[in-house]
Amino acid sequence: MTTTPTHITRPREVDTEAAKDDSQLRQKQMISGHFDKLATAKEDGRAVAYTFVPGNLTELMLALDMLPVLPEINALQSGMRKLSGNYITEAEKLGHSEDVCTYVKCDIGMMKSGNIGPTGTKLPDPNILLLSYTGCFTFMKWFELLKEEYNCPVAMLHVPYQGDGHITPEMRTYVIEQLEREVIPALEKAAGKKLDMDRLSDLLERSRKAEDDLVAVWESAQNTPSPIDGYFGGVYYIGPIFSAFRGTQDACDYYAMLRREVEQRVKEGKGPVTPDGDAPEEKYRLVVEGPPNWTNFFDFWRMFSREGATVVSSTYTRVGGLYDTGFRHDPKDPLGTLADYCLGCYTNLNLPMRTKLLASYIEKYKADGFLINSVKSCNSFSAGQLLMLRELERKTGVPGGFIESDLVDPRYFGKANIENRVQSYLQMLEARKSRASA
Amino acid sequence: MRVVVGVDLGSTTTKAVLLDEQRRIVGRGITNSRSNYEVACAVAREEALTAARFTMLERELERRAAVLGGKPSEREYALREAFRLEIYLDQLGELHEEMEKVLKSLSFISDRSKLSPAIGDVVSSMKGEAPALFGEKAGRRSDFFRDLAAASYMSTAERVAAASKGTVSYERLTGVFDRAILDVETKLQSRDFGTILRRAAHRLTAADGSAAGKALLEAVEGAASSAIEEMSFVGTGYGRQTLPFPKQAVKSEILCHGRGAHRVFPGTRTVLDIGGQDTKAIQVDDHGVVTSFQMNDRCAAGCGRYLGYIADELNLGLHELGPLALGAQRVVKVNSTCTVFAGAELRERLGLGERREDILAGLHRSIMLRAMSLLARSGGIMNEFTFTGGVCKNPMATKVLRELVDENYDKNTVLNAHADSIYMGALGAALFGVDDLEAGRPAILPTFVEKVRAGAAAAAATPAE
Repeated sequence: MTTTPTHITRPREVDTEAAKDDSQLRQKQMISGHFDKLATAKEDGRAVAYTFVPGNLTELMLALDMLPVLPEINALQSGMRKLSGNYITEAEKLGHSEDVCTYVKCDIGMMKSGNIGPTGTKLPDPNILLLSYTGCFTFMKWFELLKEEYNCPVAMLHVPYQGDGHITPEMRTYVIEQLEREVIPALEKAAGKKLDMDRLSDLLERSRKAEDDLVAVWESAQNTPSPIDGYFGGVYYIGPIFSAFRGTQDACDYYAMLRREVEQRVKEGKGPVTPDGDAPEEKYRLVVEGPPNWTNFFDFWRMFSREGATVVSSTYTRVGGLYDTGFRHDPKDPLGTLADYCLGCYTNLNLPMRTKLLASYIEKYKADGFLINSVKSCNSFSAGQLLMLRELERKTGVPGGFIESDLVDPRYFGKANIENRVQSYLQMLEARKSRASA
Repeated sequence: MRVVVGVDLGSTTTKAVLLDEQRRIVGRGITNSRSNYEVACAVAREEALTAARFTMLERELERRAAVLGGKPSEREYALREAFRLEIYLDQLGELHEEMEKVLKSLSFISDRSKLSPAIGDVVSSMKGEAPALFGEKAGRRSDFFRDLAAASYMSTAERVAAASKGTVSYERLTGVFDRAILDVETKLQSRDFGTILRRAAHRLTAADGSAAGKALLEAVEGAASSAIEEMSFVGTGYGRQTLPFPKQAVKSEILCHGRGAHRVFPGTRTVLDIGGQDTKAIQVDDHGVVTSFQMNDRCAAGCGRYLGYIADELNLGLHELGPLALGAQRVVKVNSTCTVFAGAELRERLGLGERREDILAGLHRSIMLRAMSLLARSGGIMNEFTFTGGVCKNPMATKVLRELVDENYDKNTVLNAHADSIYMGALGAALFGVDDLEAGRPAILPTFVEKVRAGAAAAAATPAE
């Protein structure tokens, strides 16, 4: 599952403030520059690694001058650009069933349709598939299919699941040893150069700085009104750090800029930016679990923003790195810190840990309610969500809501149904509030 | 009388409930939802207003019981049926006009000159037979004009066509009806209650100058001339995205059903509502406020519409399915409740030699199992458990639900199912309307009410011909 959009175009009919934000423009330039580099990667002699967002080893790849491609991000962008429906049909023609993860089918369909990226240029074939396995078992099957297609090596980093709710020294050592013995040698071979540990440390130092700023952005939602939407808006904020930019100066500059903008909104007492401009008065503060739907992203967002519902925090925006519980990349221990990062990804947490994290967000951000968007084609993460809902209600006393949609399959987004549930849920919160104050 | 109006726009029927300021139900109305939501809401409201007038009429009759003799409720019933007959006759007139319009609009039609008088004969015959449809012995299956008129038209047209000895075809006659009925149904008509009730009263008391007749007419005047002031409107229902209500006056049907069910059965903690195309499992607190809910998603399997398909396949009325299924000797296991495949599944089972009743029993169980799954997801069944929506009128559905509750939950769980539970959503909406009224929020007039009032004003301004 998972990921983050990078280059997202706001709806054309609305001239939003976000579209004019300096950070937004900066992000657009960064992404577009990255795709330019990908377009000429082969001529420039740069190796390309396809990899996943959760547990991504971006600093490692950048230290070897490799260019990352993130198929999950390509899939969600295809969803937003209304291309995913046809890609999924292509994949189904090849025999992939209706129940297969729609990110996978969208990616395969895109590959079979010429592998044209979001900026209109063809994506280069991978020199290596870097399979960081962090909780999603579909990842293995996905790259098995790509390996067949591209006939290239796969470097797999097996990250042990936090089934018991903590990281043991053995788990950490196991990941570090894989990095040393298998992953780094395979990447070095694909890149045609040796890893420079000092360079890796420099990159990790910059990662840490950007992570500090990102956490400050998340925590700004403690203000009332919250200056950010930590889910719909949040997916923009995670763009650089969850994709090809963690560890770069570009990412440091972007997050510093974003933080300044958000702090300015707090000073001005402003709520978040929405697809319709500045948010109306904050009526509901929500925490959300599960990824958004991408095919009708703005419709989905407006169902909340137009009702004055702000998402103050979400777990989806933590899938590529969980920083607000204290973890930062440590330049002094490059491989150990990469191991800690992978082990601590949200996707690698067990159900009680996910529930505990959500409960902490509900408390920290003074949420009125929490909502689960359960993804039909995602077996890894949808399983257990109803149990989480009951447990969270019990723990926090805050009412939960449950909706179902899909990542990028437009057939699974029933606008009237979802809107019905969202509105019913918000009205339920309202009725409970009135009762409490009566 | 000051009232609030709650309207529940469902996929199959539209319901309206009027509450007075003491939150007592003073009128209810129901109509089929058609393709025009505005008209459906207007008709349901009109029916509820009419019912409220009859509530007032009953009080007027009670005051004159000594002069009138007999039971006031029987008088009120007779007047109500006579009133319905008058409206039916008006609607037949409107239908006739529409059919003439259809005839005129059809180009390349050679038998117009024969069709027009034949249609006149059919309508005239229908008017003659109309009184038999109303009153105690009528035994109507439906109160909707479309259903009543269609049944009567088809049988009369068959006779007229047969009598014409081949000059007018039955198919042509029904073709014109099919095109016209939609327009009759979807046109907003403003009817004056007083005028129609007076006509009804005169019909009942024709050539009767007695004291009782006079008292009846006085009671009618009393009910017709009292003002009903609509203070607040709240809309809900499946079609609420397109409800002709301003956004502030629209409430989620989940909240409304929960509250309505809790109002009727105050011990309610869990509500199951199975409507035309959705199923809702709702948990409420001791004030009727929803605490959690689950709904079916995108698929009408397990809903009323599914039973509708089955009834069509068997050429039965929807209301006949449940009683038939109660006659099952065994329950055939049905694995799929896909609405689209319902017919195929049914034929397959019949083809295997299974009895119709036994298959129906299996289908009912299959539907209720889906509901049980939804209930489990919403947090299970708490005592008391209230079953609402159109499907709760089906006795087999209620029987199977009781069995499943006993199998899976506490056997002592009280299961409430009310004959009028189809009105729960509208009742809940009206209760929210009373809240608005008490909180001093300004009444918001829905567009359809504005239109009806404008139509009535225009009709009043036009001199009678």
